[in-house]
Amino acid sequence: MIKAEWFFWLVGGVFLVMAGQMLTDRTNPRRFGTAAFWGLLGLGFVYGTWVADKSAPPEPLGAAVLVMIGLAGFGFTGRGGARVATDEQRAAGAARFGGRLFVPALTIPAVALICAVGVKRLSVGGEPVLQKGSETVLGLGIGSLVALVLGMVMLRERSLATPLHAGRSMLESMGWAMLLPQLLATLGAIFSVAGVGEQVRRVTTAVLPGGSAFAAVVVYCVGMFLFTVVMGNGFAAFPVMTAAVGWPVLVEQFHGNAAAVLAVGMLAGFCGTLVTPMAANYNLVPAALLELKDQYGPIKAQIPTALILLACNIAIMSGFAV
Amino acid sequence: MLVLVGVAVVVAGFALRRNPLLVVGAAGIVTGLLGGLSPREVLAAFGTGFANSRAVTVFAITLPVIGLLERYGLQEQARVLVTRFAGLTAGRFLALYLLLRQATAALGLNGVLGHAQTVRPLAAPMAEGAAERRHGPLTGRAREKVRSFAASADNVGLFFGEDVFLAVGSILLITGFVNTTYHTHLEPLDLALWAVPTALCALAVHGWRLLRLDRALARDLAQERTAAVAGGVAKDGAVR
Repeated sequence: MIKAEWFFWLVGGVFLVMAGQMLTDRTNPRRFGTAAFWGLLGLGFVYGTWVADKSAPPEPLGAAVLVMIGLAGFGFTGRGGARVATDEQRAAGAARFGGRLFVPALTIPAVALICAVGVKRLSVGGEPVLQKGSETVLGLGIGSLVALVLGMVMLRERSLATPLHAGRSMLESMGWAMLLPQLLATLGAIFSVAGVGEQVRRVTTAVLPGGSAFAAVVVYCVGMFLFTVVMGNGFAAFPVMTAAVGWPVLVEQFHGNAAAVLAVGMLAGFCGTLVTPMAANYNLVPAALLELKDQYGPIKAQIPTALILLACNIAIMSGFAV
Repeated sequence: MLVLVGVAVVVAGFALRRNPLLVVGAAGIVTGLLGGLSPREVLAAFGTGFANSRAVTVFAITLPVIGLLERYGLQEQARVLVTRFAGLTAGRFLALYLLLRQATAALGLNGVLGHAQTVRPLAAPMAEGAAERRHGPLTGRAREKVRSFAASADNVGLFFGEDVFLAVGSILLITGFVNTTYHTHLEPLDLALWAVPTALCALAVHGWRLLRLDRALARDLAQERTAAVAGGVAKDGAVR
């Protein structure tokens, strides 16, 4: 069986190799801090295997995460001068290889598709080939490796350092935004242990005008939206708002259709994901990947859609569900 | 009420434009300590949270091969390819991408398309190529706009497509939470069906906004050109 942990080790190993490159990159004015950040991230990926299966203490990893926060948060990380190909070199490459360049690029989604649909069902000796529940992660990983081999053979690129350098410069431009989604997952866990949900529920119940189903729908949907903006994802907001309004008021008091209320409520939260920089993996990382000067560009493009869809969700819920 | 300080820390950090890593880290520590965790338990929470969420960061594995292909002109070739299809404007192309992203996500194929593997190397340059053929060379602002909308098409398609699929994380989160907390029995299929109306709204709303992108680009570029010409005249006048 191919395990997801193997790919976490591979990703961790790639981060460690890149950290080594960063350490010797004299064009980066903050090379030591940068190398420390990515080195700790790489080590954390490997060590995390044993934290996830509870065979190693999580405290050292927690301390490493706090050090990473400090390194990136207080500006000890930077980026080196990217060794990019010139416009002429890229134009020459495009002219020489033409449409063949798409083959490795499309290999990644193609292999991911095959893994998610086909290989998922395969099993050898009663064991599934791909670890159950991790087919998407594994498909992406296997697809990238196949594409890398295919690309290097096709382009007659002998040195593995070339793709690693190219990938590293993209990672450096993302910087701290890479760590934020994982940190938010942690914050959600701490919030639920500390009982934040119960407090939010009390506040919401206090402000909720009694007797109006429409007002309750608005409070549920807008609450999902706002709490998602703060937490960066709808998953953290859902248990809180559902325990506060969704279930006791909309389902029990107004006899709403539970499936409709909850499904649409979650989607109201997703509208919040579209407008918050906290959802770094959807909004800030793409801005870095696309080399935008305005890191809020994607959010600005999404705000009108998010607000219209929030109104749609309120209308759908009050029209059909309650 | 004290634990709500953590939420206040996030909001205040936002408002003061502090680095989000520091804000979220501080909010976690403050909430944990006020909520009765020992410092050691707070450290453990950070460690466990990191270990269990590593899958979010795995997309980094696609970057080396994407970077390699880009050195050999992948983006340039994507731009060339799109100009062969007459009538394919930036807006129409991105609306098609939105539809494709939403349809694949609705089939449970979330990881097939994405920002690292398809938007940066393919979708964004193709949209730029189509815009350049229609409007001529793009200014910096127009280019940013096209790229931002390319990212938005991926996000909207994913968010409002995936819930139509039964086995996706958010649907399982809903059934898991409700079935254990309220001792009821919700079927994933019912939840997925109720995601369809919003999915159609999302396709209509964002698709329409993407189709309007061509007009917005034409207007922006015309304005910037007039401004440039006017600026040129003024400078000219000042010399004489």
